[in-house]
Amino acid sequence: MPQADTPRGSARPKSFQEMILRLQSYWAGQGCVVLQPYDMEVGAGTFHPATILRALGPRPWTAAYVQPSRRPTDGRYGENPNRLQHYYQYQVIIKPSPENLQDLYLGSLEAIGIDMKMHDIRFVEDDWESPTLGAWGLGWEVWCDGMEISQFTYFQQVGGHDCRPVSGELTYGLERLAMYVLGIDHVMEMPFNDPAAPIPLSYGDVFRQTEEEYSRYNFDVADTDMLLRHFEEAEAECRRILEAPQPDPKTGRRIVMAHPAYDQCIKASHIFNLLDARGVISATERQAYIGRVRALAKLCADAFLETPAGGGEA
Amino acid sequence: MPDLLIELFSEEIPARMQGRAADDLKRLVTDGLVDAGLAYASAGAFATPRRLVLTVEELPARSPDTREERKGPRADAPERAITGFLRATGLSRDQLETRSTKKGDVLFAVVEKPGRPAAEIVAEVLETTIRNFPWPRSMRWGSGALRWVRPLHSLLCILSDDGGAEVVPLEIDGIRSGDTTRGHRFMAPETFAVTSFADYRENLARARVVLDAAERAERIRHDAANLAFARGLEVVEDRGLLAEVAGLVEWPVVLMGDIAAEFLSLPPEVLQTSMRTHQKFFSVRNAKTGRIEKFVTVANIETPDQGATILAGNRKVLAARLSDARFFWENDLRVAREEQMRPWIAALENVTFHNRLGSQGERIARLRDLAHALTPFTGADSELAATAAAVAKADLASGMVYEFPELQGIMGRYYAEAAGLPPEAAAACEEHYAPLGPADRVPRAPVSVSVALADKLDMLTGFWAIGEKPTGSKDPFALRRAALGVIRILLENDLRLPLRQAFAATPHKADADDLLAFFHDRLKVWLKERNIRHDVIDAVLAMPGNDDLTLLVRRAEALTAFLATEEGANLIQGFRRANNILRQAEERDGVEYSFGPDPKFAETDAEKELFAALDAAGPRIERAMHGEDFTAAMAEMARLRAPIDTFFEAVQINTDNAVVRRNRLNLLNRIREICLGVADLSRIGG
Repeated sequence: MPQADTPRGSARPKSFQEMILRLQSYWAGQGCVVLQPYDMEVGAGTFHPATILRALGPRPWTAAYVQPSRRPTDGRYGENPNRLQHYYQYQVIIKPSPENLQDLYLGSLEAIGIDMKMHDIRFVEDDWESPTLGAWGLGWEVWCDGMEISQFTYFQQVGGHDCRPVSGELTYGLERLAMYVLGIDHVMEMPFNDPAAPIPLSYGDVFRQTEEEYSRYNFDVADTDMLLRHFEEAEAECRRILEAPQPDPKTGRRIVMAHPAYDQCIKASHIFNLLDARGVISATERQAYIGRVRALAKLCADAFLETPAGGGEA
Repeated sequence: MPDLLIELFSEEIPARMQGRAADDLKRLVTDGLVDAGLAYASAGAFATPRRLVLTVEELPARSPDTREERKGPRADAPERAITGFLRATGLSRDQLETRSTKKGDVLFAVVEKPGRPAAEIVAEVLETTIRNFPWPRSMRWGSGALRWVRPLHSLLCILSDDGGAEVVPLEIDGIRSGDTTRGHRFMAPETFAVTSFADYRENLARARVVLDAAERAERIRHDAANLAFARGLEVVEDRGLLAEVAGLVEWPVVLMGDIAAEFLSLPPEVLQTSMRTHQKFFSVRNAKTGRIEKFVTVANIETPDQGATILAGNRKVLAARLSDARFFWENDLRVAREEQMRPWIAALENVTFHNRLGSQGERIARLRDLAHALTPFTGADSELAATAAAVAKADLASGMVYEFPELQGIMGRYYAEAAGLPPEAAAACEEHYAPLGPADRVPRAPVSVSVALADKLDMLTGFWAIGEKPTGSKDPFALRRAALGVIRILLENDLRLPLRQAFAATPHKADADDLLAFFHDRLKVWLKERNIRHDVIDAVLAMPGNDDLTLLVRRAEALTAFLATEEGANLIQGFRRANNILRQAEERDGVEYSFGPDPKFAETDAEKELFAALDAAGPRIERAMHGEDFTAAMAEMARLRAPIDTFFEAVQINTDNAVVRRNRLNLLNRIREICLGVADLSRIGG
C-alpha cells in the first residue's frame, strides 16, 4: 500500500488506479477490512455478501472493496463518454455507523485530491431502495459540482429484516469520480496507470473492446431462452440449498448454507438484468421477476441470521 | 420574561421536508408549552439543510400555580367507592376534605399544584416533541433506537433574558443540550456559543448560514434574475425548483453558465427537463426566440476562484447529460422522418401493457377503433382521429422517452411532426394524456379529445373487466384520475356522450353499472367542489339518462339555481306536502293514485285554478325538457308555486266524498309527476 500517498489535500492522482489505491489506503487507515471483489457478476457493490449479508445481525463489521459491476442496459459500445455496461464501484460498509461517518467520507474525498475549498459538495436526498434485495435505507447522493459522485446510505432493512445496529454504506462510482478528479472528458481517454509509466495504458486500452463486445452481446445476441432457463434453475437451486437439512451428515456440524444460496440469488438477479437489456421483459412481468429475486434474497437473509456471522447460534 | 431558542442540528434534511418540519416543530412545542401553562408572546420556526430552529418570545419564568377540586363520594359511602376515589386522585384518606352539603357530608379532593420552572417544562415538551416528531420517513442510526430524519447530532436549547442565557438541561439518547452550534459545513465549521435568538441569527449569518428559507429563496431569485438580465435573458420561473434549491444550501451562491452550442437545437422541453431533473438547474431563456440558452445553478459555497471550478464541473456534467439526450433526439428523429415511427409501433407489439390486457400494440389497435367510434360525439374527423390514435403511443418506444418518461407525449408531438403527420394528429400525441391533474388543462381540439377519451375509457373499461378497480387508497393505474379526466373533458367541452354507449364500444366486458357508479362517485366529488349540494346530486342522479354527464350536470346546475330562489324553495315545500299526503294515502288505501284527475269533480276555485295552472304548465315544461332546457322547465315549475300554495290553504284533501277525495289525490299526483319529471325532488333535503 502506498501509505505516503494519502495526506489530506494531497495533489491530484495521476491515474485511475492511483485514485483507487488512495481510497484503499484511506479506508484501510480508518480500520476497514480491505476485501477483494466478489467473484460473481453483480449489478452493484451492495450485492457483495460483505455488504448485504453482513448488514444483517448484531455483529460489528467494517469493510471496503472495489466491486466490478455490470449494468447491461447501460452499454453504449464504448462510445458514450461516461456510460459503461461494466464499471467499478468502491464500497465501504461500517456497522454500527459511526457518528462521524460524513466527516470520514469527506476525508476520503480529500485523500483523492478534492479540495473542499474549491468545490461544491452537497448531500442531496436519495432514499435507497433495492426491490430485488428487499432492502432500503435513507441517505443521500453526494454531489460534487453538480455531479453525483457517491451514494451514502444508512441501511434500515435488508431482506425484510430491520438492521440493528444500522450500517452506514458508501458507494463511489469510480470511473465517474476519477474522470472528474483527473479532469478527463471521455472515460476511454482516462489514464489507467501512470501516463509516465513505461507502458502507459488508458481506460480505453483496457476496456473499449470489451464494452463493444458486451454491448452487442447484451442487446442483441444473448440467448433469451437459455437465460430464462438459467433464471429458473438458479431460483430452484437457491431454494434447494436452503431446504437442505442443517446438520451436515459428514461433519456432524450444523451448517446453514446461506452464502452458496445467496450466490444463486445473485445469479438470478444478473440474469434478470440481462433479460431486461434484451428487452424481452414487459413492465408488468418486470415486477413479477423482481418479486421472485426478492423472495430469494429474503430466504438468504433469513438463513444468514441463523449462521454465526449473522449472530445465530453456532 | 425569558425567550426560548431551540436548534436541532442534524445531517442533511431532505429539502422537501424542511418547511413542514419547521411548522411541526413550532406547533408541537408551543402547544406543549401552552398545555403546561406557559403562554407566550410570539414564535417563529426556521429550517436549513442541517437545522430546525424555533424561537419563542416572552415565556413566563414559571407556570402558574393551579388548584383543582374534585367532588367524591359521600363520607359514609361504602369503602369500595372511597378507595376508588383515592386511587383516582392519588391522595390518601386523611388528605381528603369533608364538606357538608345538601346531600350530606361529601368528600372532596383538593389538588394544589405549584407552578414549575419554565426550563423543566421546556425540557419535557422538547423531549416529547423529538421522540414523536411526524417526519414523513425517519430512520435509526448507529446502535441507537432514537428516530430522526437523518442522524441528529446536537441540541441547542437556551432560555435567555436581559440577565443572560441559560441552557435548558436535557439529554436524549446520549445527546445533551447545550448553547453551541456550528456554522457552514465548509466555510465556518467551528462551534460557537449563542446567547439569544438575535445573537444566534447574526452569528450564523457571519458563519455563512442564512437561517430563513424565504430569504435564501429570495436571494436566489434575485441574483439569478440579475445575472440573466445582464445578458438580456430571463430565468424560466420554476417555484417548485426554487423552493427545493433553497432547501439544499445554507449559503446560496448563484452561478450562470453556458449550454454548449451543439445542444441548443434540442427542444426546450428536453433541455429544461434534463437540467431540472438531473441537475436542479434553472433554465435561462432568450425572451425573443423562446430558446433556452444558459443555465443557472446554485452552489453552497464561496470559492477563491469565484465559482469557476464549480461552474466548469457543472457544465461538464450537463454536457454529458445533454449528449445522451442529443443522441436519443437525433436517433429518434431519424426513426420518425425516415420510417414514420414504424419500428416503435412494431416494438410496442412486444411490450406488455398488462398481462391480462395484452400488449401495447393491442391497446393501440383498441384506441384506434374507439377513437374512431367516438367521433360522432366529439365532432372530429373519424379518419384523422384513428390516425392520431394509431401513433399517439409511438413515442413510448423512443429513446428519449425511455430516458425521460415525463416527456411522453411532448416528444410524441415532435416526432409525429417530423414524420409528416397532420398537425391535428401531432397535437393529439401530446394532448391525449391531458388532463394530468385537477389543475391541468383539458384538450379542446376534437381529434385530441377523441384520442384522450379513448385512452382513458379503454383503461377504465379494461381494468374494470379484469377486476382491477381502485380500492381505498390503492389506485395503482390512476383510474380515478382517468375517470375525472373523462368527466372534465366532456363537461368542459360540453360534449354529449352517453357513457354506457361508450363502454359498449370497447371490447372489454366491464360491468357497466358498476363503472358508471364509479364515474358518478367521481362526479359527486367534482360537483361538491363546485358547491353543488349532495341532495341535489342525488336528485339528478336518480333520473334516466344519467350516463350522459353533461346533461346530468346541466340538470344539477339548473336545480341548484332553482332551489336558491324563493319560488323554488317554496315549490319544494309544496311538492313535499303533496308527496307526503299521497304516500300516506297510498299506504293506507293500498293503491297508487296515478289516474288523471278530472276537473269536473273540482269543487273549489283553488282546485280549479290548480287544474288550469297544471294544464298550462304541463306542455310547456314538457317542451322545455324535451329541448333539455332545464332552467326554462324549472322556471315554469316555479310558476306553479302560487296555485299549489293556495290549493293547500283552501282545500281539505280528505273529505267524506270518496270520489272528490280520490280526484284530489290524483291531482296531487299530477304535481308529483311534473316535479319528478325534472329531478327526483323527493331526495331534496329540508
